[in-house]
Amino acid sequence: MKTNDVMLQTVTKVVTFIILMFAVHIFFAGHYTPGGGFVGGLLTASAIVLLMLAFGIQTVKKIVPVNYVVMTSVGLLLAIATAAASILFDVPFFTHAYDYFDLPLFGKTSLHSAMLFDAGVYLVVVGVTMTIIQTIGEDE
Amino acid sequence: MSLVLLIFLPIIAALFIPLLFKKVGQIHTGWFVLLVPAALFIYYSTLLPSIAEGGNRVSELQWIPSLDIAFIAYIDGLSLLFSLLITGIGALVVLYSIFYLDKYREQLHNFYVYLLMFMTAMLGVVQSDHLISLYLFWELTSISSFLLIGYWYTRDRSRFGALKSMMITVFGGLMMLGGFVLLGIMGNTYSIRELISQAPELVSHDFFVWALVLILLGAFTKSAQFPFYIWLPDAMEAPTPVSAYLHSATMVKAGLYLVARFTPIFAASGTWVWLVTGIGLFTMLWGSFFALKQKDLKGILAFSTVSQLGLIMSLLGVSAAGFHVENATEIALNYAGFAAIFHLINHAVFKGSLFMIAGIVDHETGTRDIRKLGGLMSLMPISFTVAMIGAFSMAGLPPFGGFLSKEMFLTGMVALTEFDLFSMDVWGIMFPVIAWIGSVFTFIYSFYFVFHTFAGKHKPEELPKPAHEAPKGMLISPVFLAILAVVIFFIPNIVGEWLVKPAVAAIQPFMYDSPQAVDVHVAAWHGYITTELWMTIAIFTVGGLMFWTLRKWQHLYDRFPNTLNSLYDNLMFLSDTGANRFSRTYMTGFIRSYLVYMFSFLVIIVLGTFVLNDAFAIDMNNTAPVGLYEIVIMLALVGSTVTILFSKSRLTAIIALGAVGYSVALFFVIFRAPDLALTQLVIETISVALFLLAFYHLPQISRKEERMRFRFGNALIAFGVGVTMTLVALAAHSGKALPSISEFYKETVYKEAGGGNIVNVILVDYRGFDTLFEIGVLGIAGIGIITLIKLRLTKKEGQHENK
Repeated sequence: MKTNDVMLQTVTKVVTFIILMFAVHIFFAGHYTPGGGFVGGLLTASAIVLLMLAFGIQTVKKIVPVNYVVMTSVGLLLAIATAAASILFDVPFFTHAYDYFDLPLFGKTSLHSAMLFDAGVYLVVVGVTMTIIQTIGEDE
Repeated sequence: MSLVLLIFLPIIAALFIPLLFKKVGQIHTGWFVLLVPAALFIYYSTLLPSIAEGGNRVSELQWIPSLDIAFIAYIDGLSLLFSLLITGIGALVVLYSIFYLDKYREQLHNFYVYLLMFMTAMLGVVQSDHLISLYLFWELTSISSFLLIGYWYTRDRSRFGALKSMMITVFGGLMMLGGFVLLGIMGNTYSIRELISQAPELVSHDFFVWALVLILLGAFTKSAQFPFYIWLPDAMEAPTPVSAYLHSATMVKAGLYLVARFTPIFAASGTWVWLVTGIGLFTMLWGSFFALKQKDLKGILAFSTVSQLGLIMSLLGVSAAGFHVENATEIALNYAGFAAIFHLINHAVFKGSLFMIAGIVDHETGTRDIRKLGGLMSLMPISFTVAMIGAFSMAGLPPFGGFLSKEMFLTGMVALTEFDLFSMDVWGIMFPVIAWIGSVFTFIYSFYFVFHTFAGKHKPEELPKPAHEAPKGMLISPVFLAILAVVIFFIPNIVGEWLVKPAVAAIQPFMYDSPQAVDVHVAAWHGYITTELWMTIAIFTVGGLMFWTLRKWQHLYDRFPNTLNSLYDNLMFLSDTGANRFSRTYMTGFIRSYLVYMFSFLVIIVLGTFVLNDAFAIDMNNTAPVGLYEIVIMLALVGSTVTILFSKSRLTAIIALGAVGYSVALFFVIFRAPDLALTQLVIETISVALFLLAFYHLPQISRKEERMRFRFGNALIAFGVGVTMTLVALAAHSGKALPSISEFYKETVYKEAGGGNIVNVILVDYRGFDTLFEIGVLGIAGIGIITLIKLRLTKKEGQHENK
C-alpha cells in the first residue's frame, strides 16, 4: 500500500523541526509560562509520529535510532533520583531547590532542581508514547 | 543489640551461598554453611551458665517505631533451649547433608539458602518477645518449609506436599495472627513479657477464649496435631536432612514452643488445659496407631513424630493444670512440665538419628519401602546399631534417654486422675488409659521400624542398588546423636539442671520463681514399685506380644478409609474449581463488559454518596453568560458524538472521536487554560494516530460494516454517567465548603516554589508525588503493551516440567 505522498513528506521535513523546536521551548519555559515536561514530551512524540506517518516506521527507526524502553527507564530513574537527592541534604523527600545565576548568553537565569524532575517526566512521556506506537505499529 | 543481629546471621550468610556455589564448586557448599550453626551453637552455649541461674538477656532492634513494632530478642531458659536445638541439630544436619546431597547433581545453592533462611526464621520464632515479629518469623518458617519440601520441584508429589503443608500451616498462622491481635487489644501491648505480667486481668476479658482458641489453632497446625497432622506425612517428600531437621527436630516443635510460651497467660483457663491435654493425647494415640499402617520408612517416622508431638503437647497441657492446684509442687503434677521439656530434648535426639538412618537406607539401597527391605543387619552394622538405639529410646526402653522421659510422662498422666477440677474426676481415668494404649503402639512401631528393616531375610533382588554401609562422613551425625541418647540416660540430672529446669521455670512461673526451685529429680529406678513401673512392664509385654504377631493383623489397617486426606483433597479441588467458575461468570474477556461494570459502579457509588449526604446543590448564581462561541463548540461536540454512534464505518467513528477531543480543547482555550488546551490538542493528535495504527488490527466482523445495535441497558448507563457528571460539576460549583486553594498557589508560587506557571509547578513541585507515580504507571503501561504484543505466550516445552 505505497501511496504517493510527496506533499506530506515535503511538509513534514520542515514542520517536524518546527514542532521539535517548539517542544524544546515549551519544555524549558514551562516553569513560568504555559508548558512543561508533559506537554513537551507529547509534542516531541507527535513530531516523531508525523515522521512515521510520512516516511514509515522502518525509515524513522533508522534515522532516530533510539531505544524508547531505555529512554523510559532513564527518565524514571532521573525523576526518582531528583526526588531522592534531597535526602542527601537532610531535607524531606522531594524538596526542590532553586537559585538565580548569571550565565553567559542567557543572562540572569533561574536554575531549578524541578527542571531535572521535569526532564525525567519528559523522557518517560516520549519513551512510553513511542514504545506504544512502535510496538503496535510494527505488529503484524 | 547483638543478640537480635545474631538471629539474622544465617539469612545474611545465605546471601553469599549462591556465589560460593558458583565460584568454589570444588568444595561442597555445605562446609561453608556448617560454620554458621556451629558458631551460633558455641555462642549460645556460653550463655548457659547465666541462664541456668535464672537470668535472661534482652536486646532490641527498632523496626517500625511509628507502629511500635520491633525485633526484640528475649532469651530465657525456654528460648535458649530451643536456640541450642536449632543450631545444634542444624549443624549435625548440615554435616549429614554434605554427604547426602551430591555437589555436582544437586542445586545446593537453592537448598542451603532455604535452610539458612529457615534457621533465621526459627531462631526468630523462639527468641521474639514481640508478637508481630514473632508472627513474621512464624510465617517465614512456613515459607522456607514450603521451599524445602518442594526442593525436588520436578516431582509431582513434592509440589503437592509443599503446597499442602503451606496451606495448612499458613491457615493456622493467620488464625494465630488473629489471636495475637486480640491479645494486643486486651493487654494494650504486643510484648509477651508484659502480657504475662498482666495475665490475671486478661482472664476475665471477653476476648480471652477467642484468643486462646485462635492461638491454639496456630500451634496445632504447626505441630501437626489432630486433625491437622495430614500435612506432615506428605512433607516427607523433602530431602531427608530436611525431614530430620524441620519435620522432626525443630519446625514442628514451634507449636510446642508457642504453647509453652503462652502457658503462663492461658493456664488459668480450663479450656486450655482440656484442649491441649486432650488433643495432644488423642494425637499421640492416633499417630502411633497409624504408624503401623505405613510402608515407607519415612512415613513411619512421620506418624511417629505426630504421635510424639502429641505426647509432649499433652504434657504441656498437664503442666498448665498445675496452675489450679494449691500445692502443685508437692504432688506428681509437677513432673509434667519437666517431662515435656525433657522428652522434647530426647525426641530431637532419637528422632534426628532415626531420620538420618532412614536417609542412609534410602541412599544405600535405593528404596524406603519396608516390604522390600530386610536383613540389612550384617551389611550395615553401624546403621543398625544407631537405628536400634534410636528406636529403643523411642519405645521407652532402658538404658536410653527416652525411657526416663516416658516414665515421667506416665507419672504425669497418672497424676491427672488425682486432679479434681474441670470434671477431671469423671474423665481423668481416660488419660492414663489412652497414654498407655498409645505407648503400646509406640513400642510396636519402634520395633517394626528397626526389625523389619534390619532383621529378617535379605531380599537383594528387590533392591534397586546393592546394599552396603554408608560412607563414614554420613554416619558421624547419627552416631553422635545415638551416643547422646545413651549419655542422657546416665546424666539426666545434669541435663535437667542446665537445660530443662530453666525452661520449666519459664513455662510455669506460677509455680517456680527460679530454675533452682524446680524440685524434680530424675532417676531410672525409684527404688520401689509404682503404678508407672507396672504400666511400663505391661507396655513391654503387650507390645512385645503384639509385635510378634504383627504380620497376622497388620493387613486390617487397609480397611481404614483415608477420610482426612480426601477431605483436604476435595476442599482444595472445590475451592480451585469454584473460584475459577465464579470468576468466569463475570470475566468475559470483552472490554465492553468491563466498561459496563466500571461505569455502573461509578454511577451507583457517586449517586449513592449524593443521596446519603444530600449533596444535590444547584446554584446558578455566579455563572458566566453563555456566548455564541460556546454554543457553536457545543453543537460541534454533540454533533460529532452523535456521529460516532451512527457512523457505519470505523474510520468515520475514529475521526469523529478526534473531533470531540478538539472541541473540548477549544473549550479550554475559551476558558483561558492554555496548558490544558495544548496538552489536549497534542494528546488528541497522537491518539488519533494511534487509533489509525491499531485500526488494521481490529477484527473484521463482516465485510459489510454496519452500525451498532441499540442496547437499552448501555444507553441507560451512558445516560446515568452523563447525569452523574453533570450533578458533580454543578455541586462542585455551587457548594463551596472551603475557600479555593488557588489563592494559596497564587501567593506561594513565586515566593516559595520559584516558578510562574501554577499548573506546571503543581505538577513538578506541590504534587510531585502524584507525577512521580503517574510516570511510574505510564512506564508500567508501556511494559504491559510490550508484553501483550511482543511476548505473546506461546506453548513451549518448559525445562522445569515433570521428569
